Amino acid sequence: MWHNIIFWILSILCVGCALGVVWQRNPVVSAVFLVGSFVALAGLYLNLNAPFLAAIQIIIYAGAIMVLFVFVMMLLDLHHPLDLYFRFTKPKLPKYIVLGLFIWLLCTLILATAFPLAIPDKAQGFTVAQVAILLFSKYAFPFELTSLLLLIALVGGVVLAKKK
Amino acid sequence: MVGYSHYLILSAVLFTIGVFGVLLRRNLIIIFMSIELMLNSVNLSLVAISKFTQSADGQIFVFFVITVAAVEAAVGLAIIISLFRHKQTTAIDEINLMKG
Repeated sequence: MWHNIIFWILSILCVGCALGVVWQRNPVVSAVFLVGSFVALAGLYLNLNAPFLAAIQIIIYAGAIMVLFVFVMMLLDLHHPLDLYFRFTKPKLPKYIVLGLFIWLLCTLILATAFPLAIPDKAQGFTVAQVAILLFSKYAFPFELTSLLLLIALVGGVVLAKKK
Repeated sequence: MVGYSHYLILSAVLFTIGVFGVLLRRNLIIIFMSIELMLNSVNLSLVAISKFTQSADGQIFVFFVITVAAVEAAVGLAIIISLFRHKQTTAIDEINLMKG
């Protein structure tokens, strides 16, 4: 019962904030909408019994990544508001048609699958301990590779952004 | 009654909104945010399917997707900064050095 109510509230919030991201002309307001969308998604993860991912979503996405975005907007000094969304030279209609076809295709495929419509109450989520055991046993090697990826991103970010 | 299909359709709607942003917006930063939105919609479907199959592997995938999203944001924003230094704009129409 509560599961349904929470799902509908959070999904409407999430889709509304996502539409705000793509409709807003001011990038800073878009960033705030994106944070709202991420927080709603974290609530949906909690609704799906994934508390670890909900915490990660808030800390990393809404915390770290969005702060990085806002920080870069501050560096770029976007004083002229100017997203040229409305001064559009190419026709937009084909893009809307493609988007409509895309979502129709996705929904048709999803409804054609065998996912049962109701979530059974006995379905359990996973605790942080279970996720951690899997991460450090079966996925230990990809986990180590992730550290290498982060190192490469660190060096690449510094090299790309520094003054010549 | 809300089921797995609802979560997957919500994920599809969010992904389409992200594609909409990439196709129709022309500010580089907002295009970047739309890409983050698409990554998040895939995460939602992975979590839902992880609960459906009762295996934690989907959550591990989400963990890795979030890591790669952080890496992508760092490198991409560094590229945006160096482009902005070059062209003084973030509108993608003005960025035509490669004549694509």
